[in-house]
Amino acid sequence: MTGTATQPVAADRRRSVLAGTMLGVAIMAAVDEIVFHQLLSWHHFYDRSTPDISLLSDGLLQTAYLALLVAGFFWSADLHRRGTLAPRSARGGFVLGLGAFQLFDGIVDHKLLDLHEVRYGVDVLPYDLAWNGAALVFLLVGGLLLRRSRDEGRTRAVRR
Amino acid sequence: MAGAAVPAHGGSHGTGSAAAAWLLPVLVAVVLGAWYLTAVFRLRGSGRTWSGGRTASFLLGAVLVGAALSPPVDAGTVGGHMAQHLLLGMFAPIALVLGAPVTLLLADLPVAARRPVAVLLRSRVLHALSHVTTAAVLSVGGLYLLYLTPLYALSVRSDVVHHVLQLHFLLTGCLFAWAVAGPDPAPRRPGMAVRLAVVVVAGGFHAFLAKLLFSRAPVLPVGGGHDAAEVEAAAQLMYYGGHVADLLLLVALFAAWYRRTGRALARGPAAAPRNAPAV
Repeated sequence: MTGTATQPVAADRRRSVLAGTMLGVAIMAAVDEIVFHQLLSWHHFYDRSTPDISLLSDGLLQTAYLALLVAGFFWSADLHRRGTLAPRSARGGFVLGLGAFQLFDGIVDHKLLDLHEVRYGVDVLPYDLAWNGAALVFLLVGGLLLRRSRDEGRTRAVRR
Repeated sequence: MAGAAVPAHGGSHGTGSAAAAWLLPVLVAVVLGAWYLTAVFRLRGSGRTWSGGRTASFLLGAVLVGAALSPPVDAGTVGGHMAQHLLLGMFAPIALVLGAPVTLLLADLPVAARRPVAVLLRSRVLHALSHVTTAAVLSVGGLYLLYLTPLYALSVRSDVVHHVLQLHFLLTGCLFAWAVAGPDPAPRRPGMAVRLAVVVVAGGFHAFLAKLLFSRAPVLPVGGGHDAAEVEAAAQLMYYGGHVADLLLLVALFAAWYRRTGRALARGPAAAPRNAPAV
């Protein structure tokens, strides 16, 4: 640590965005599991119409989200420790990640893999529109934040 | 329906045998813990240090092994069976492995005995066996064999098969946790990217098997004769319990990476790998 503190280091924007995105995807996956599966019981653990190959894909994806959560957390901590974390870029990546998961879940998990619907026993169309609409809003806000944080890596690098 | 398969194991037949049923779990936990503590005390006696965190972790692992074998868990129900699989095959191994038992064993051995152990640790067979992929196939593959073949019914009928399976859960679980996140030195251990990929694939197949059990609860495990609702509950326990264990294993893996990188950073930025873990 002593060695890094004395010399100026450039913020690592690319890694910060990536770490933020990883956390965003993983946190939204956790929200999906905790809120929609456990608390609301809208999503079902198993849908009788789901083919086995979808179940396998889902198993792999769920474990991958866990890996993203832990990797994103330790990766951010490492960037912070090195003094190269670009916080605004990381936040932009985080919101982008939230939207990326939401859209992927809404299109791939709910429709292509046919794992489960947003909610059962209701007309699912408004729910699907709200679900994927929310995803687009997250993506838009994330993209905007990333645009506005473009200077982050540069200024400090110039100062060096 | 639940009583269709009368378990050979578990199920108390009066106070005498109830006490006897506690003998094995207590004995296993005590022997494991006593070995570790004796080695730590001997090491400390000769002036060397040993981390208290490692000791606590291994002792927790020993308690979890004991709990997994105790009568309330080893009751012959499918839920108990699943709890036993999770404890013996996933949770206890993580705790045991984080206690760095191989490092302790090597440090505690007399000098003359260290050489053959070191030769064994360097052997090709052990490298192949302890490769993270082999360990994953042995531990998760074993579960597929158990639940999708008549092996489960056999394990319910035969005490010997039942105990061999318990040992299999524990050993392959330890092998896997050790290959992924063990603090013990392991020559030729694959890099972070490979270990991470294997954890994700192994965890994915574990979750898939849980959902298969759930979706075919009336007929699985083969020959189990359990009530479908019981199997569904056990499958959910397997699914979520597996995720929690995966999470712990991943934290152990990345925490070790974080400490390692931190030590390199302290030596100077040039010594530290520039890159975060290959993901």
